[in-house]
Amino acid sequence: MTSNYDKFESACRILEEHSFDKSKLIPILQSVQEEYRYLPEEVMSFISSSLDMSPAIVYGVATFYAHFALKPKGKNIIKICDGTACHVKKSTVIIDAIKKKLGLKENENTTKDMLFTIETVACLGACGLAPVVVINDNVYGQMTTEKIAALIDEMTGAR
Amino acid sequence: MGKHLTINGKKVEFTDERNLLEVIRKENIELPTFCYHSELNIHGACRLCMVEVAGKGIMSACSTPPEPDMDIKTNTEHLIEMRKITIELLLASHDRECTMCAKSESCKLQSLARRLGIEEVRFKNISRKEPKDISTYALVRDNGKCVLCGDCIRFCDEIQSIGALGFVGRGSQSKICPAFERDLESSECVYCGQCSRVCPTGAILPKPEFREVWKALSDEKKKVIIAIAPAVRAALGEVFGITEENGTELAGKIVTALRSMGFVKVFDISFTADMTIVEEANEFLGRLEKDDDMPMFTSCCPAWVRFVEQYSPDFIKNLSTCRSPQGMYGSIARRIMPEVLGIPKEELVVVSVMPCTAKKYEARRTELAKDGVIDIDYVITTQELALMIEEAGLRFADLEASAFDMPLGFKTGGGIIFGTSGGVTEAVLRNVMNTNGDEAEEFNFVRGENGVREAKLKVGSKELKLAIVHGLKNARKVLRDIRADKKRYDFVEVMACPGGCVGGAGQPVYSDLAVRKRRSKVLYENDKIMELHKPQDNPYVQKMYKDYLEKSGSKKAHEYLHTSYKYRKRFKETLEISKSSLDKIVNVEVCVGRNCLKKGSKEILKRVADGNKFKDAVNVQALICLERCSKGPTVKINGETFEHCTPDSVEDTVKKN
Ligand code: SF4
Ligand code: SF4
Ligand code: FES
Repeated sequence: MTSNYDKFESACRILEEHSFDKSKLIPILQSVQEEYRYLPEEVMSFISSSLDMSPAIVYGVATFYAHFALKPKGKNIIKICDGTACHVKKSTVIIDAIKKKLGLKENENTTKDMLFTIETVACLGACGLAPVVVINDNVYGQMTTEKIAALIDEMTGAR
Repeated sequence: MGKHLTINGKKVEFTDERNLLEVIRKENIELPTFCYHSELNIHGACRLCMVEVAGKGIMSACSTPPEPDMDIKTNTEHLIEMRKITIELLLASHDRECTMCAKSESCKLQSLARRLGIEEVRFKNISRKEPKDISTYALVRDNGKCVLCGDCIRFCDEIQSIGALGFVGRGSQSKICPAFERDLESSECVYCGQCSRVCPTGAILPKPEFREVWKALSDEKKKVIIAIAPAVRAALGEVFGITEENGTELAGKIVTALRSMGFVKVFDISFTADMTIVEEANEFLGRLEKDDDMPMFTSCCPAWVRFVEQYSPDFIKNLSTCRSPQGMYGSIARRIMPEVLGIPKEELVVVSVMPCTAKKYEARRTELAKDGVIDIDYVITTQELALMIEEAGLRFADLEASAFDMPLGFKTGGGIIFGTSGGVTEAVLRNVMNTNGDEAEEFNFVRGENGVREAKLKVGSKELKLAIVHGLKNARKVLRDIRADKKRYDFVEVMACPGGCVGGAGQPVYSDLAVRKRRSKVLYENDKIMELHKPQDNPYVQKMYKDYLEKSGSKKAHEYLHTSYKYRKRFKETLEISKSSLDKIVNVEVCVGRNCLKKGSKEILKRVADGNKFKDAVNVQALICLERCSKGPTVKINGETFEHCTPDSVEDTVKKN
């Protein structure tokens, strides 16, 4: 028997800490996302009911900020910088290469086996290393299509 | 000494205007706007109302309060160019199939493009074609036509307190959608359609059914009958430039038009409105005597009914069980008229013309069907009727008036004023009090424009307290006050649309309050010239009872004229707390809605989620609101609902199971 009670309790605690205050919606969503790793629809509904606001508004806020994830993320997060410097150094080629390698379609960011999620971010502040990729908080500079393919292989244990 | 400012070189006085826009419009300058609505909060997003203020630069008139000595220009070359660019940008992302759009002609984007003389769009068209949302019976949403002004969102939230729509995403990706980008049918929408009324373009429209009606009319094996609602006669003329205010005359023209289109019988919903009053007044007196389920709420507005079913199931018992006039017309037309008119049942097609989008939904309520067959086949709006008249090529203004068909064509003034806020209450009073005073004016203290109006009235030794409400946000407040014992009423009339049915979303689109007021006036004037004013005096209503329904409140009357309601769950999702892998299990669902949570439903969850206690044989889910808030915490165990639960009581019950 598996229990999600703890997560639910944390969500309640977060709401209490913010005194069920509508105007704190954004920090509430942030903390809840840390608990659940993303914002499941039922959790957003629960928040909207608890704060006495319509779910359309909660959802609107959640989709406005790129920071909020509406779908579960994979085990490994690959962030590709697409800031100006990285873009000039052809980060899009790297993005395409990763997507191809992971078999992701145009609008997909997470692999079906839930192993990888890719995210593009705007400037990681490491422009000297462009193009930059961050995998689970490890920074890799001067990325090439070969290097990234090798890294992914390494992580999946394939060779 | 008044305060002054200058507009285009002219000195202008102002007083308490909220913003420059109001001052400018008072000067008869029609500054273009999309996101400004006098009924709503100021949004300032469309950037069309820009003006030049000397010393301050370019400002949006809608969100700038007037100050003395401001020097304002509304039409400089620069401003004109800016407005053009704004419109062109909107057009660039607009699905420009305007000739095929039902909003064509009343579309604000179209008229602005024309007014500003836009001849070409200098930007590439990037409109996205998305499938339309046709999930409800009431509305069609087409995001390709949306200009993101947010008027719909704000109306739904600020006036109706529903909040079914919201912005989703940001920047060029933003759009309007219900929560989780689901369709409207899965949202909390109550189908009032007011979002479509305020939408400047064709992005939200009443869902059309008139094509099906044309089809039925041209089918030789079908006999199509139709009835028009009271409010229709007060507004249809607007489309054809008729401003004379005679409801009887206008209704007469409509009858002529409908006959020439091929409807075999043309009836008046005002007849069944009379019946509704007779039946509802009888129900009211019964409740009053027994002090049962008071206050009684009117039930003729389907958006309001849906609102109660969804947000306040504890008040469902307070809704009058009477069908709405449309509902009564449906059952009489479908089940009694074939015999009266000598039309074989299978040939009969029943149509109604309504000022309303929610009526389209109402007609399909399963509670109004008999043996799975719905009474009314098609519900068209006043707008659709206007279209049909145009399609038929009729010169409406020149048509002679003719009389409605009997028996469902005869009405009293009471049935006519049903179409405006306060009308139902006034008609009920005429029935309940049954006096012989100046019948048409006697109870006119219930009339007016305020969103919540209260009235008191002596009946015998009792004092009746009445409330007349329009707009659902107002209704929500009244419910809250009743629940908190802050207010006590005996009778509460609620119409979801501001102004009542005359302001319905199926009416020709209006944005000027004066238009709505004029419509109400048409109905009151119409009442005055009627021969009879009290619904119970309607001889055809009396005959209908005598021949088919015995008397008001009888078993027969209940079968034909009453209905039932049920709780509609607002949040469909549940939170899975724990799941058992065993076969023999107890299902425990705990409400974690706002109120139950405060009353301790979390502790209950904690107890039952502790698997060891029950040898793993429970599935636990958290439900978001069972809407029994006053009796919480609420828990469902194997489908059975328990109120006022505690961790102990739930543990006991689960163990027993
Ligand atoms: S029909 Fe009424 S309730 Fe539904 S979205 Fe429009 S305004 Fe809101
Ligand atoms: S749907 Fe209509 S009212 Fe709503 S934002 Fe779009 S254009 Fe404005
Ligand atoms: S009307 Fe002022 S910004 Fe839209």
